[in-house]
Amino acid sequence: MSTREVMRKIFGIEDDEDNGFGYPDRQTRLDLSHNVILYLEDITVSFDGFRALNKLNLAIDAGELRCIIGPNGAGKTTMMDVITGKTRPDSGRAFFGQTIDLTRLTEPQIAHTGIGRKFQKPTIFEQHSAFENLELAMKTDKRVSKSLFATLRDEQRDRIAATLTQIGLGHEADRPAGLLSHGQKQWLEIGMLLMQEPQLLLLDEPVAGMTDDETVKTAELFLSLAGKHSLVVVEHDMSFIERLGGKVTVLHEGSVLMEGDLATVQNDQRVIEVYLGR
Amino acid sequence: MHTPFTLRFLSSIDRKSGIALAVFLAVALLAVPLLHSAFPPESLFHVSTYAITLVGKIMCYAIVAIAMDLIWGYGGILSLGHGLFFALGGYTFGMYLMRQIGRDGSYGADLPDFMVFLDWKELPWYWHGSDSFLWVALLVVLVPALVACIFGFFAFRSRIKGVYFSIITQALTYAAMLLFFRNETGFGGNNGFTDFKRILGYSITAPETRLVLFGLTALLLAATFVFAKWLVGSKYGRVLTAIRDAESRVMFIGYNPLWFKLFVWTVSAVLCGIAGALYVPQVGIINPSEMGVANSIEIAIWVAVGGRGTLIGPIIGAFVVNLAKSWFTVSFPEYWLFFLGLLFIVVTLLLPQGLIGLWKSLRQARAGKGGKA
Amino acid sequence: MFKTLLTLLFAVCALSAQAAPDPALVRQLADEDSSQKVAAIQQLTQTADPDTLRVLKAMSEDSLYLAGDKVVVIDGDAAFDAASGAAIKKPETADAVTVNNRLRGELANALAALKLFDADPAVRLASAQKLQSSVSPAMVPLLARALAQESDEKIKSLLTLAHAQANLGNRDPAARLAAVRALAKTSSPAIKTALLPLTDKANEADSRVRYAAISAVKAIDSNLSRTEKIGQIFSGLSLGSILLLGALGLAITYGVMGIINMAHGELLMVGAYSAYAMQSLFRSYFPEAIDWYLLAAVPVGFFAAALVGVVMERTVIRWLYGRTLETLLATWGLSLVMIQGARLLFGAQNVEVANPSWMSSGIELLPNLVLPWNRLIIIGFALFVLALVWVLMNKTRLGMFVRAVTQNRQMAGCVGVPTSRIDTLAFALGAGIAGLGGVALSQISNVGPDMGQGYIVDAFMVVVLGGVGQLAGAVWAALGLGVVTKLLEGWAGAVIAKIVALVFIIIFIQKRPQGLFALKGRFVE
Repeated sequence: MSTREVMRKIFGIEDDEDNGFGYPDRQTRLDLSHNVILYLEDITVSFDGFRALNKLNLAIDAGELRCIIGPNGAGKTTMMDVITGKTRPDSGRAFFGQTIDLTRLTEPQIAHTGIGRKFQKPTIFEQHSAFENLELAMKTDKRVSKSLFATLRDEQRDRIAATLTQIGLGHEADRPAGLLSHGQKQWLEIGMLLMQEPQLLLLDEPVAGMTDDETVKTAELFLSLAGKHSLVVVEHDMSFIERLGGKVTVLHEGSVLMEGDLATVQNDQRVIEVYLGR
Repeated sequence: MHTPFTLRFLSSIDRKSGIALAVFLAVALLAVPLLHSAFPPESLFHVSTYAITLVGKIMCYAIVAIAMDLIWGYGGILSLGHGLFFALGGYTFGMYLMRQIGRDGSYGADLPDFMVFLDWKELPWYWHGSDSFLWVALLVVLVPALVACIFGFFAFRSRIKGVYFSIITQALTYAAMLLFFRNETGFGGNNGFTDFKRILGYSITAPETRLVLFGLTALLLAATFVFAKWLVGSKYGRVLTAIRDAESRVMFIGYNPLWFKLFVWTVSAVLCGIAGALYVPQVGIINPSEMGVANSIEIAIWVAVGGRGTLIGPIIGAFVVNLAKSWFTVSFPEYWLFFLGLLFIVVTLLLPQGLIGLWKSLRQARAGKGGKA
Repeated sequence: MFKTLLTLLFAVCALSAQAAPDPALVRQLADEDSSQKVAAIQQLTQTADPDTLRVLKAMSEDSLYLAGDKVVVIDGDAAFDAASGAAIKKPETADAVTVNNRLRGELANALAALKLFDADPAVRLASAQKLQSSVSPAMVPLLARALAQESDEKIKSLLTLAHAQANLGNRDPAARLAAVRALAKTSSPAIKTALLPLTDKANEADSRVRYAAISAVKAIDSNLSRTEKIGQIFSGLSLGSILLLGALGLAITYGVMGIINMAHGELLMVGAYSAYAMQSLFRSYFPEAIDWYLLAAVPVGFFAAALVGVVMERTVIRWLYGRTLETLLATWGLSLVMIQGARLLFGAQNVEVANPSWMSSGIELLPNLVLPWNRLIIIGFALFVLALVWVLMNKTRLGMFVRAVTQNRQMAGCVGVPTSRIDTLAFALGAGIAGLGGVALSQISNVGPDMGQGYIVDAFMVVVLGGVGQLAGAVWAALGLGVVTKLLEGWAGAVIAKIVALVFIIIFIQKRPQGLFALKGRFVE
């Protein structure tokens, strides 16, 4: 019996084989045979009787750029929490591709299968420089033993530099991230997501606090990513959503109210009622 | 392209720290022994045994302070139980020292005095092999590591953080103290271990032995400093501080904080254990009060006084606080607690970055005045 | 006084001299051989008349003498004939009858037995209780007679037990059997010890008696363990109430406000020293009302600790809101200052705080199970403080404001709650509650500068175990911890019990980091 098996027996860890000291850099075996990257089936989450998600069903196609809107408390952030493993659903299943059951994995494991997340409030490492933020996020072996002796190869340096340029922080590489402006922090977080090379990006209000100019640039970036990656964007900024132009899903009281393109959704009577109240 | 490991290890030390380190080692390994033996006790230049013991003791504390800085300053985890690991190392090595007494104890028996007193006929199982220096030296590392590993694994796995973690570590060391206070535990109860005679066959009170222990402690302090400097300069160190600042972000980019925390926690505990093992032969006693709640919190104040997250700060803090302590307890014993208490308050309220932070801001202010501003 | 009474008694006895004890036996009291003396004492006890009492009493007071051939009682200048009680001329020479320790025991027993016939029921009760622990087979007839005369139920049941115990040595197996059966209902370790020899074939030939004895021992064991369980649960509740008193203040400052106050133990100390100060004050100025100093100490302890709390909050804690680890260190510093302050003010030694007389003694719930008043009062006091906290937090404006500020400080400020004043008041309240706890603790534990340090770990454990912000959680945690610790203590000793309890909490917190009563939700990190 290997040490890992012993650990699993003793401590009851349910994780799969890579719960050693972190995660090896392995190619995720993501099964996209039905061209669907994310399934949510009947997800229910309740906090003290309040149902944040109520039998939510959602499917995201591979390469799709999906926008999710909904009034406050509709369950948008909770949905992301479920997908990224922060919250365990009371019932229902969440599949990444055809085979990976997200409800059984921890947050770092989910990150390794290829899901990246940007928080509503920009969450970056304020004491680290922009460069180091990207270095930490970069797709690589993230085990303790490897991180102790890790050195950057030249091509990795180049990649980080390229991403810094891409997110407009080329000249801010060595500034502590905490000193960046709000919009720059948002960009840095998006940059970190890119360094992770995820298959699926979850973006919670990515343009909040950005100038119009920055918003336009963000939209362009996202559009360039779609196809190669799948994106789920939660936003309140309708002009931004319009610019992205993808399918729009409306969440209300924890389940999907309707789906369609932005124009259809905006003219739907139910959606108007939900947003304006009765 | 691929630099040898030792080179990288040393390259984590910048030039200034390198010089400081060299001076420190020269003083500790050459100057002190020379001044101690070359000058007669009444000479002005003579370094007394008292001073050597005191500084040796404080250097052990400085190692503990570095260990604390790793976990608190860089990992953001305030442990109020580091006294436990220090004492575990001390007790483990104390077992060896007790065995070295041999039949020179007051009962003249093979067993340590306190066991004779308890009317025990043979050594408990965990004392087996305690007469072997190598085995005990191994245990000094393994025992704190094991305790820290088990405790840390469960605590970090349940994502116990912040104050909760601090309080639980406090409970842990408190429970251990109660355990060691019992005579039946087999570690000498209230009195702990004392009256040591020999170490590796040499008299423990001989000046030469003291100098060797002093030098070893200095070497170990320097090694600990270099190691810690390297650790926090590695990518691991950057992940660690990232966990301190935004743990959830770290998880969502694919690092499992459990293992990163557990590693630094265990390393920190081992450093404390080694410091404890060096402390016991120099001070000549170890008892359960080392595991007291107050002792562990005092470690935090050394780090805070010096400036956490700086590595050099905690060393300075350990020296400042403990020199002040030995001065106060001789000159104004009744005011020591006032001083210590006020130190806690003043440092947290006015000097959040410690002495290092104070020095830095003073230098900046001067540079700002005189220079380009 | 006593001597006069004795003389009076002699006079009365001399008038009614017909029931005089057997002179031969009286003579035997002065025998050379102490075994003979013992036999005489036992024989004399059987008659149980006032004259015997008088003689034995004289013997126990070393005023029995042998003058030639006559046993006399010499009381100062007066002398009496021991057997008849008649006054005689004081003899020229008389040898004191020596009474060794064995004899003293016998005499004490005999005198106790004779008191069974006293007119005062209280004296009879005391005597019957005394006989429970020491009774010799020779007393059987005497006890039987006392039993026949006795009308008081309580005394009667005690006498039955004593009679049965005495009968265990009876020659007649039937009598022994009856005795064993009667004793099976009791729950005293002494009786168990008395019964044990009868379970052995070597001592007890009659098998029926032996079996009865075996089952009686079993019955007593189960009675004993039941009493012990009840006793443990009571001391568990008592410990729980102490833990609760220690932790309630913390439940406000830490549980509700989120302040890690490491000086909490020292606030308890302030309360305890308030009790000491009030005691000294009453001793000096109102010595006649000394029993009531504790009532005065309750408000004094509250306000003294609250005042200290206000100073702490205004000077230190207020600058550290939101920085919990720094608060922890700074308040630890405060605690050191307070400890040293107490040392300078009151001395480094523990001070003596006495229980008022109405708190001493206790009520006897079962034989072998006395609930001390001070423990009962502390349980009651803990309930009182708990009710006080509950009312303050849930039914007053202050409580509402505190809860509002802790839930959303900015919003509370916006709707006009004076947040910084509320912080101070709430902290003062928590500190005051801790002071009340300290007053209570002064009654059962040492009062000294270091006393607070002993409670700080426990108090935090209770709050953490109960779940932060949960008053009900703290109550259950304190009581549960108290009872569990005491049950463990019965099984493994105090220190191990404490360690096991701590380890249990550490493990428990791992499983449920939010404590017994967890808050759930999206906002809980």
